[in-house]
Amino acid sequence: MIDKTDLWIVIVLLGLGSFALRFAFLGLIGNRPMPEWLLRHLRYTAVAILPAIVAPLVAWPAALEGQTDPARLAAACVTLAVGYATRNVILSIVLGAGTLYLGLFLQG
Amino acid sequence: MADKAKSAYWQGVRDGAPFIFVVSPFAMLFGVVSAEAGLNVFEALAFSVVVIAGAAQFTALQLLQDNAPTFVALASALAVNLRMAMYSAALTPHLGAAPFWQRGLIAYFLVDQTYACSVMAYEKNKGWGLAQKTAYFFGTMTPVCPMWYVMTLVGAWAGAAIPPDYALDFAVPITFIALTAPMLRTAAHRAAALVSVVMALAFAWLPFNLGLMVAGLSGMITGAQIELRLRARGTWVDP
Repeated sequence: MIDKTDLWIVIVLLGLGSFALRFAFLGLIGNRPMPEWLLRHLRYTAVAILPAIVAPLVAWPAALEGQTDPARLAAACVTLAVGYATRNVILSIVLGAGTLYLGLFLQG
Repeated sequence: MADKAKSAYWQGVRDGAPFIFVVSPFAMLFGVVSAEAGLNVFEALAFSVVVIAGAAQFTALQLLQDNAPTFVALASALAVNLRMAMYSAALTPHLGAAPFWQRGLIAYFLVDQTYACSVMAYEKNKGWGLAQKTAYFFGTMTPVCPMWYVMTLVGAWAGAAIPPDYALDFAVPITFIALTAPMLRTAAHRAAALVSVVMALAFAWLPFNLGLMVAGLSGMITGAQIELRLRARGTWVDP
């Protein structure tokens, strides 16, 4: 169960922080260019952070007390393959979820 | 002049409209996942209104649920949102001259979809003035952002009614993989993601979810370094 104080701290600070990131250049810095090395690292934040969050969840799902599950592994692979091939986010979610439920059904 | 701004606004609305089909299911999923995590309808809606950034919201919620320390949940979600600073930088040459209060509003509504539509439209319509550019931006926001709130609400209501044996723990991983896969367009992006996965698994034992920080930083450095090599070899292609 999520502690409600923690929840509200995160909602408020994340809201303020996200606004600060969005406002940083537009509102305060103006037209000065950002250093190239910084931009180069920022380009990879999404592809570095999101997989790092996902990998342990796929390998050791909390719902099964960390036991690796073939259905969840297969669903992750299908989602990745479809998303990579088609670039269609919704289609890959649908097919990934379909794979998961099929796998869970086959496992009984 | 007012007419031109008006037509730019409606063009923005038309260009933003298809994203309703992307944003709605995603917002609904957030509502459902927050309900499963024990948030009430008001808390879920507040999350979406205050933060208005899908991937960061899922990140924060997931980590809070894993009992990660508050600062780790916050830092990770902010890291996911670092790209917003890039969007802000990219739009500044076009919208930086708008009044302060407008820039504040633009910053709040600066999300993947409004950013993507706007940079493309500004690129295509080089003759647009500030009024048209601003109007267009608010046009793209009109169908997208209210949908984000409304569908979060719907999801939070529906989620309370979904029994726990539907493996919803896996909604977040599938969504994140689906969001990431289309971004793996260059060798640098693929290497960044791969290193991040390996490091996240190798350092999962670290306390306070610090493995995530290690993996994220390793991935970013990897991506940047590979990009440098490719540029040096002259084989870099912008994604």
